[in-house]
Amino acid sequence: MTGVLVASQTDLLYARQQMALSLGTHIVIACLGMAFPFLVVVAEWRGNRTGDAIYTTLARRWAKAMGVLFAVGAVSGTILSFEFGILWPRWMGRYGAVMGLPFAIEGFAFFLEAIFIGIYLYGWDRLPARVHQAVGLAIGVAGVASAFFVVAANGWMNDPTGFHIVGGKVVDVKPWAALFNSALWPEATHMILGAFIVAGCLVATPHAWALLRGRGTRYHRVGLALALTVAMLAAPVQIVVGDWAARHVAQKQPIKLAAIEGVTHTQRGAPLHIGGLYVDGAIKGGLRIPNLLSLLAYDDPHATVQGLETVPVSDRPPVNVVRTAFQLMVAIGFAMLGLGAWLGLAWRRRRSLPRSPWFLRAAVLSGPAAVLALECGWIVTEVGRQPWIVYRVMRVRDAVSDASGLRYGYFLLIAVYTGLAIATFTVLRRLARVPLPAETEPTPPGAPA
Amino acid sequence: MTLANVVAATMFAGITLYALLAGADFGAGFWDLFAGNAERGAPTRKLIEESIGPVWEANHVWLIFVLVTLWTGFPSAFAPIMSTLYVPLTLAAVGIILRGASFAFRKASRTLSARRIYGAAFASSSVITPYFLGSVVGGVASGRVPAGTHTGDVFESWLNPTSVLGGVMAVIVCAFLAAVYLAADADHRQRPELATVFRRRSFAAGIAAGVVAAAGVAVLHADSPDLFHGLTHRGAPFIAASAGAGAITLVLVARRRFAIARYVAALAVVAVLWGWAAGQYPWMLEHELTIKAAAAPRATLAAGLLAFGIGSLLLVPALVWLLVLFQRGDLASEA
Ligand code: HDD
Ligand code: HEM
Ligand code: HEM
Repeated sequence: MTGVLVASQTDLLYARQQMALSLGTHIVIACLGMAFPFLVVVAEWRGNRTGDAIYTTLARRWAKAMGVLFAVGAVSGTILSFEFGILWPRWMGRYGAVMGLPFAIEGFAFFLEAIFIGIYLYGWDRLPARVHQAVGLAIGVAGVASAFFVVAANGWMNDPTGFHIVGGKVVDVKPWAALFNSALWPEATHMILGAFIVAGCLVATPHAWALLRGRGTRYHRVGLALALTVAMLAAPVQIVVGDWAARHVAQKQPIKLAAIEGVTHTQRGAPLHIGGLYVDGAIKGGLRIPNLLSLLAYDDPHATVQGLETVPVSDRPPVNVVRTAFQLMVAIGFAMLGLGAWLGLAWRRRRSLPRSPWFLRAAVLSGPAAVLALECGWIVTEVGRQPWIVYRVMRVRDAVSDASGLRYGYFLLIAVYTGLAIATFTVLRRLARVPLPAETEPTPPGAPA
Repeated sequence: MTLANVVAATMFAGITLYALLAGADFGAGFWDLFAGNAERGAPTRKLIEESIGPVWEANHVWLIFVLVTLWTGFPSAFAPIMSTLYVPLTLAAVGIILRGASFAFRKASRTLSARRIYGAAFASSSVITPYFLGSVVGGVASGRVPAGTHTGDVFESWLNPTSVLGGVMAVIVCAFLAAVYLAADADHRQRPELATVFRRRSFAAGIAAGVVAAAGVAVLHADSPDLFHGLTHRGAPFIAASAGAGAITLVLVARRRFAIARYVAALAVVAVLWGWAAGQYPWMLEHELTIKAAAAPRATLAAGLLAFGIGSLLLVPALVWLLVLFQRGDLASEA
């Protein structure tokens, strides 16, 4: 915005990388923070209702993992709050008063989450079952609420409202209008559903793996069925909501849409390309379906789609990054629809999981695939907004700190996150290896899962 | 009182609670570090695990509360503080990551070697984090953060006598609070041998705090005349109250009146913090930015306070419930 001195271009790059690394890490654990409590409570509730010890065992063992993940989630989120100021002080200094409110509200959701997780994990034997389950639900509700509010802040970056700029000054600040920006609704819905997909699939993965390796028992089958069912219920809805999100992007962020689809020239009746690469302003390879983009984005096969050429080159996001990420996300979305259909059909026919080992292989892959879709979605949102930190209001390079040496913080964080990832994985694996209680008898070797 | 002052006071209340609650959790990590080898230290470490396990995450959120209140309510103070002091803040954030994660990892691990590694990370980060947060306070309080969009000196702002004093004081105060709280906890759980250990440690930490504070007078006089003036004038009653409360704590601890001692110890810390606030008022950044000038527009402050009011209606009962369950010993059985 203003012609102030900015940090060197390389430090800007490191700052962006650092933000991407921390957010990309936090979001995976945050998804578990939102949806895992619901899985645990469902298992606990089934255990209490049916008296089936398998469910109770599941709930208790999952809760242990949840406790570990919660600690990691809390600390990985804390560093984000620091980074907003450390990396982007000009953005916070200038717009903190406009977009701070959702974070202030989110703080209370964090409090409730942290309180209830303490009560849930440590109060298992002392609290009445109903109260205990309600506390577990409250963790999840608070988690979903915190996601709603934090995505409101992100939505504001995509669709900045609730202020005016007069003579270079931010005036007429309306924090509630900023919070309830129009991007909030599709984004938050898509994010929360995404969290259920990610958590369900990530929990399914190790159970499917054990079954595939012949180490599985009824415990693993029940765990797999429960977690995967939750994810697969969300998956079809996610496609519909993704479409909603895309239409919103078409309305409010036309250049992001142009990057998602690789549209260089403004055109009527724009085609949709599946696959291929964006080379020299056109899509090479892939499948071309005439008029479909116009139809999907604007409900009219002849509607006009704005092209990248309408803005200067320096204002265009990197098309291939955004476009490839989008295609991957959508591909995974449809693959999950297929996996869900498989699961649903087998369940209707035989009241059991599909017998094929290919199903187990797909279930093992579903966790990493869901995480990939999640990261891709965020790449679409964040990289697709480039070069703007606040769409059409503030550029990333005007927001970054002018402090020297930012890169060393980034290097330090790479080391910390690597260590954290390895340790988290090791600890969770150790928890999974603790022998099951006696009542959960193993399947005889060689038996189909 | 203006709206800006109300929000500033709310934020400062958050700082106070963070210091009292999370500070004690950090201090517990400090004593974990000095608990001795795996065998000898086992009872101490068990007590520490039991008394911070269910509550540390909730205590930690006060820091988030302070940060979001600062950036929403006083964005033009948040930005320069964070960018000028980014080095100690990054180190504190890394300490926070290590502390929280390794505490959880240690609890979930069974083998001795894993518990040792995570334990070492937990204990050392419990010392590092308050040091760097304390040095940040020192940098702000001694007026080393310039307002505006230009970053101040990224090293001198925290490598200076006042910041070192702030850091050392923070570590000692955390250790002091933790020792008194843990003595009370051990007493409550009928483990008199541990209560005796922490009684001794309360003395050690309390006396250390007194000595460092006395030396600090000279440091502040030389290094931060404005802060010194503030603390010895408007802040003076608070500082005196703090010294008094500290001394009374030691007497109570000597008489094994641990349950009351913990509140008086907390009072000593509250008084120091509010002495600082009173001394620095009305400046947010000394001679650079007043609370009024740093404040967000009225609409934002009002919205923030409304959110705070509604949030508190949910938060306070939940928090009270957590503490009641905890005190009653209902949060003892882990899943
Ligand atoms: C589990 C994950 C997952 C799956 C299967 C999908 N998405 Fe997604 N998508 C996300 C997870 C995600 C997300 C949570 O990562 C994002 C990032 C920002 C957001 O709100 O949600 C996202 C963003 C995002 C955006 C950008 C929104 C913006 O920039 O404002 C669009 C247009 C879509 N998605 C569209 C789709 C479509 C059409 C899908 C269908 C097949 C789809 N997504 C499946
Ligand atoms: C409320 C949520 C979020 C906020 C407020 C937010 C904010 C930011 C900011 C300030 C930047 C740096 C400036 C810029 O490059 O535009 C950024 C970049 C980025 N963020 Fe987000 N972000 C959010 C969620 C996420 C999540 C969950 C991810 C997960 C992967 C993510 C991925 C990225 C990436 C990849 C970049 C780098 C973009 C680039 O440099 O090209 N963001 N985000
Ligand atoms: C779309 C992006 C995001 C989502 C959906 C999200 C969601 C969540 C959830 C569900 C939790 C609690 C789960 C847990 O502790 O494991 C959490 C924790 C946290 N998040 Fe995020 N978050 C996002 C981005 C951010 C950003 C951009 C910030 C900061 C600026 C942030 C700050 C925090 C903090 C401070 C915590 C820890 C709270 C505590 O101490 O318990 N998050 N987040």
